[in-house]
Amino acid sequence: MTPPRKKKMNLKQRYALMTRGLDWETSYQKMDDVFPYDTFEGIKITDWSKWEDPFRLTMDAYWKYQGEKERKLYAVLDSFAQNNGQLGISDARYVNAIKLFLTGVTPLEYQAHRHFAHLGRHIRGVGPRVAAQMQSLDELRHAQTQIHTISHYNKYFDGFAEFPHMHDRVWYLSVPKSFFDDACTAGPFEFFTAISFAFEYVLTNLLFVPFMSGAAYNGDLATVTFGFSAQSDEARHMTLGIEVIKFMLEQHPDNLPIVQKWVDKWFWRGHKMLGLVAMMMDYMLPKRIMSWKEAWEIYFTEAGGALFEDLSRYGLRVPKYADIATEEAEHISHQNWAIFYQYTQAAGFHTWLPTDEEMAWLSEKYPNTFDKYYRPRFEMWREMEAKGERFYNNALPQLCQTCQIPMGYTEPGDPTKIGFRSTEYKGERYHFCSDGCKDIFENEPEKFAQAWLPVHQIFQGNCGGADLGDVLKWYHMDNGADNLDYSGSPDQQQWDAWQAARKKVAN
Amino acid sequence: MSIDIKTMNVEPKRHTFAHVARRLGSDAPASRYEEGVYDLQATTHFHYRPLWGPEHWHFDEGRTQIKMSDWYKFKDPRQYYYGTYTIARANMHQTTDRNFAFEEKREMLANIEPEWREMIVNYLIPLRHYEWGANMNACSISDAGYGTAITSAAIFTAGDRLGIAQILSRIGISLGNGTGDLLDDAKARWMDGEAWQGVRKCVEDSLVVKDWFEALVAQFLVMDGLIYPLVYNHFDSQGQKHGAAAVSILCEFMVDWSAEHNRWVDAVIKVAAKESEENQALLSNWYGEWRDETHKALQPLAAMVLGEAADSALADVKEQLDKRAGKLGLNL
Repeated sequence: MTPPRKKKMNLKQRYALMTRGLDWETSYQKMDDVFPYDTFEGIKITDWSKWEDPFRLTMDAYWKYQGEKERKLYAVLDSFAQNNGQLGISDARYVNAIKLFLTGVTPLEYQAHRHFAHLGRHIRGVGPRVAAQMQSLDELRHAQTQIHTISHYNKYFDGFAEFPHMHDRVWYLSVPKSFFDDACTAGPFEFFTAISFAFEYVLTNLLFVPFMSGAAYNGDLATVTFGFSAQSDEARHMTLGIEVIKFMLEQHPDNLPIVQKWVDKWFWRGHKMLGLVAMMMDYMLPKRIMSWKEAWEIYFTEAGGALFEDLSRYGLRVPKYADIATEEAEHISHQNWAIFYQYTQAAGFHTWLPTDEEMAWLSEKYPNTFDKYYRPRFEMWREMEAKGERFYNNALPQLCQTCQIPMGYTEPGDPTKIGFRSTEYKGERYHFCSDGCKDIFENEPEKFAQAWLPVHQIFQGNCGGADLGDVLKWYHMDNGADNLDYSGSPDQQQWDAWQAARKKVAN
Repeated sequence: MSIDIKTMNVEPKRHTFAHVARRLGSDAPASRYEEGVYDLQATTHFHYRPLWGPEHWHFDEGRTQIKMSDWYKFKDPRQYYYGTYTIARANMHQTTDRNFAFEEKREMLANIEPEWREMIVNYLIPLRHYEWGANMNACSISDAGYGTAITSAAIFTAGDRLGIAQILSRIGISLGNGTGDLLDDAKARWMDGEAWQGVRKCVEDSLVVKDWFEALVAQFLVMDGLIYPLVYNHFDSQGQKHGAAAVSILCEFMVDWSAEHNRWVDAVIKVAAKESEENQALLSNWYGEWRDETHKALQPLAAMVLGEAADSALADVKEQLDKRAGKLGLNL
């Protein structure tokens, strides 16, 4: 007797058989005890099987593709190190952009690894759970490949060596850290909305394009290779983000107001955090790609506009205060760079004033704001520098209770007046930079009242001591090397020596 | 002819990150494993208590009773970071793909005696659900664990367990002539078959364990430590007598994987036990409880597959595991 002929299954059926049937309804323990976290937020899922897996990747395919990408990436990193690739960058000022990246972003990739593992365990539906597990692996990949990429720069430049220590302590790094802490301490569906949708889908291009194109424009072959290699992972993460939102909205009409509130919150939180990227883009890249304002127009106003139009069929509207954020795109990079210039003594990267040529570029890119509001200030600071009176702000700034950025932002509609909001909660007064941040606090005051605000902590004596030297020591910041202006820094001296030596070799 | 290659002398300022240098004892060149793992997890100044469990920070040493002076003592003997992990697994799975091709070409599964084919559906294919449970525990450990050394190795293990569940699914599909029928049959055994209920209960019990280190002992040391040798050694040998050589070939991944995985598990248990008497007592206690439960749970399954030989096979795997645990410093 001949055995029956084997049937050929299509990929979708095969994937379904290999993955979907694995779970079961537990009976020795209650399902709600096995999955204790996926109901308290009030999101109603009536049928998990309706989840469409956006990518049907089995583990063997994952290992194969990812292993192949890793082989190629590490080959480039090895050759970059061997050939002293750091000599090929546009200018050593560029390195400060990746200092900000390693200290501010890389630890978040690790946090994402952890929290996608949390979702990969605790979401009841198998489809999103497997997707979350793969993302947990991917995020670990990004953290580790970023470290391995930047490891070479650490050997030659200051400001990298203490990145995890700084991430847990330094004042401006509490901005990205508290952003991610906020997401990880939320429920699983809010995390999906915050990270997979608002961040990875709506705002990701505003983080990755600036850094990776910045790397390409400035001759940083290692970082650009990492960026390309991560791109196909990011595409998967973005797809997960949009699928999650649609799934929640399709499953039950009661989910809409909850999701809308999260979208509003995380859009605003993302916008504030990305102000650091705006400053990097407009001020820290020796060779510029485009202005922050242009990036905002392309990636948020246009692409985001189309996205929210598409989502309007579910009743979801454009995030609250999107108009204000768009107005702020004319200001945020200048205001942030001014903050870091004033507090350069406590920053883990170098600062400088824009050159004439750079100011001309800023005038051209920001015709409505730069000459009117920001150029005069930079020119005044330049004059002070020339007189040997470089301006340092020695008063500690007040921080916004929500976004934790010093209160240096101006009022919507009036760029000459610093915005200032406050509210009372349990007899204490809390301060905010904007209506967006105040709203977020008022929706969850018990959460945001807990924030570890670096300036408060310094005043309370929890950061090594009362004067700057003590705090820098506590930050593990090497005074005179990691901080202060680029001009006169060991980074600059070394770069100049390399340039001089290269000329000699070339002759 | 001599060529004079002009080069610039570019001296590094430092050889590795400061936190890595502190661990190595000097600023020596560090491995990619060390740079990619050491101190990557935030340890202090967290901002908000989790809404889903305010009794701990989201990264918190208190999620287990095990206490360590340094969570980076749990170095992975395999030195896996993402790159070395995925490349190693891609290579391993290449062999698996070749084995499946080899089997299909020769239609080796057709050589299995019909009764034993039924037995494979009873004992082997349901293990895909066991692997899914192991995947959940691995994710839990990656989620709740402390320090990158543990959490990275745990998420790799989660990937491994999903991969193994999918290899088992593939065997079931091949055996079912390219359909999912046998997967359904096997799931019915897992859910309702008498032989499996003890094991399923152990797995479900492990899924509600709050202490992630206890889950690690339960899943990776005890359940895997008894089930893997029982299934892939004793049950497999029995299959050889019934024409099931193909099954041994298709399960090669699991045998190789388990040997490698145990090196990591053993390193973790050994380091934790050595740390303090309190740790040693906790670990020994967990070990004893889970071993007795699992051992009992496996009796009907072993009896179904091995008949009269079940008791001696179970005694053997238990003895081997006790020996192993003893070497790791547990009190039995």
